[in-house]
Amino acid sequence: MANTCECEGSCTSVVYEELDAFMADCPKGRDRLIPVLQKAQELFGYLPVEVQEYVAQALELPVSEVYGVVTFYHYFTMEPRGRHTINVCLGTECYVRGAKKIVEALSENLNIKMGGTTEDRRFSLTTQRCFGACGLAPVIMINDDVHGRVTPKKIAGILAQYE
Amino acid sequence: MAKPRAYVMVSVDADTVVIGAREVKTRLAAEIGGCGLGGEVRVLETGSFGPSDAGVVAAVLPDGVVYGNLTPERIPQLVEEHFVKGRPVKDWLLPGEHFLPDPENSDPRGQQYFGRIVLDNCGRIDPESIEEYIANDGYFALGKALAEMTPEALVEEVKASGLRGRGGAGFPTGLKWSFCASEQADIKYVICNADEGEPGTFKDRLIMEGDPHKVIEGMALCGYALGASQGYVYIRGEYKLSIERIRHAIEAARENGLLGKDIMGSGFDFDIAVKIGAGAYVCGEETALIESMEGKRGLPRVKPPFPAKAGFRGKPTNVNNVETLANIPFIIRNGAAQFHRIGDPGTPGTKVYTVLGHINRAGLIEVPTSVTLRDVLEDYAGGMRAGTFKMAQLGGTAGDLLDASMLDVPLNYDSLAKNGHSLGSGAILFMNETVKVCDFLHACMKFFAHESCGNCNPCRNGMEALLELTERLKQGAGYPGDIALMEELVMGMQSIAFCPLGQSPAAPVLSAVRYFRDEMLTGIDADAVRPRPEHTMRHLMKLAS
Repeated sequence: MANTCECEGSCTSVVYEELDAFMADCPKGRDRLIPVLQKAQELFGYLPVEVQEYVAQALELPVSEVYGVVTFYHYFTMEPRGRHTINVCLGTECYVRGAKKIVEALSENLNIKMGGTTEDRRFSLTTQRCFGACGLAPVIMINDDVHGRVTPKKIAGILAQYE
Repeated sequence: MAKPRAYVMVSVDADTVVIGAREVKTRLAAEIGGCGLGGEVRVLETGSFGPSDAGVVAAVLPDGVVYGNLTPERIPQLVEEHFVKGRPVKDWLLPGEHFLPDPENSDPRGQQYFGRIVLDNCGRIDPESIEEYIANDGYFALGKALAEMTPEALVEEVKASGLRGRGGAGFPTGLKWSFCASEQADIKYVICNADEGEPGTFKDRLIMEGDPHKVIEGMALCGYALGASQGYVYIRGEYKLSIERIRHAIEAARENGLLGKDIMGSGFDFDIAVKIGAGAYVCGEETALIESMEGKRGLPRVKPPFPAKAGFRGKPTNVNNVETLANIPFIIRNGAAQFHRIGDPGTPGTKVYTVLGHINRAGLIEVPTSVTLRDVLEDYAGGMRAGTFKMAQLGGTAGDLLDASMLDVPLNYDSLAKNGHSLGSGAILFMNETVKVCDFLHACMKFFAHESCGNCNPCRNGMEALLELTERLKQGAGYPGDIALMEELVMGMQSIAFCPLGQSPAAPVLSAVRYFRDEMLTGIDADAVRPRPEHTMRHLMKLAS
């Protein structure tokens, strides 16, 4: 992900160019804001104010509206995240099957609180509403991989798969 | 090429992909090929059969046996035994009676279990093959409607079928269509609401993954009935495989002239695009969903005007749930009268549920609306896995909590309404005595407090207050009078909250109080003294700042 890149100059401009190209391809109109932000987050890893301002200007929208949308939806984040995002499902089924213990085990293992990022930027820990994978409860999702029937004992082994 | 003598259908859905369904499929094909049976036995990918806790599942047709918990390592033995020696591996078989859809309806209980309507193809066809869908009567209804029926007749047919919305509210679908159909506009929109987010509910996901063309056909029929030319499927971003399969289905339909300009030479133009949600539970509410589609925050709109008059981009818009739309092809193909004969007369048809909790067989089921909670528990879910039945939550987090006295009430809108309950969105969570009511309520309230969009005061502050109340009860530190306060609060929210999200906590809270008051009273500390009002006021101000 781009947010882990240390080079601030040339590499970001490439990312901006990609975003420009994406915006140029979108059909005109207010509708495109969310797809554009989804793309921007995919490219930058998060949505800092500068990126929001850039999008607002390009789409001719007030920055306040862009900010409003960014802060409304769970998918968007204004904080840089770790290389890997751990999402713990807190849906009812996962809750009943012990999701809370998973959260505790994860924060203990990584030494971060819910919503935090490890110092080495390896992991971020967040929770989410139901993934709809209740048959596998309790479920955690690391990036796009779903891990089902997680137990506190399995945590270390799962985390080791992500560098 | 010789006609295959057998088909192995590997169930590939978002749950099984994670545990290696695609690897199992690849290995199966390789082993079968390696035994020289490649021409005789075909390996296909299909949607979910239903079970969601049986690992990777595959069915062998026409033998009609279903294997569960398959791994790539088990495949060589399976192929050797089943296909070369011709004897099924008994240890890996699943008890298949409810899992394999049976089009012939040979169920001994006769009338009560009709064949499936929505899930009839799930697990039987390859969802990525439009040919297989067409071979199973797919797009027949669209052809029939375009050739033989006027849009008005189509609306009337859906009205006559008695189909009611399967998203939770149960509004008559035909009536909803007629509102939008009577509007005059240069463009109208049809939206399929696939922003399924009620915890415990994933039926729409499995419908889209297992039989995406049914949803597309339902939308095209809706478009024809209403005079709409553009459709959108609003899918939540987490449903990656659904997005993939729906997109694939749209393209295949376009290539075959079933979407796009002048469909089947009838002069009817209709196309569909996919919109991906960014994660907000409130966007399941139809006006919030429309706001979100327009690129705004998903805040519910003031109604009226209803979407039928001024919806997406201010144009007449009809929003239906995935399952609702998936019922339409059956109704048009077989006629309203046949649909009306299935299930309970007040809510004809079937209902798809995800059944979960402390039961033996968790997964996806489709049952006529005449079956009871007990039927679901005993016949479909295989009974309790551990402990005894204590309660069930019907319809996701916003659903009612029911105790054993409600086991024999048929699961349909009218029968439940007579008992003061509602059907909800299609999840049934069975719980045994280990789950404490106050803990459970607290988990539900946590979800709502997190998902409240903040637009209206009753919901924003009410949810926080409920969270605090349930937290106290859970810890056994409730103040005397807390239960009455909770009841008052949720009833207040029910009457003045802006959208259904703010009205949601009423169902779980009031039903919990109704059936489990004694247990909840144990959460009250009789000696606890409620802080004086000024403290509460100060606390509220702190919350507000």
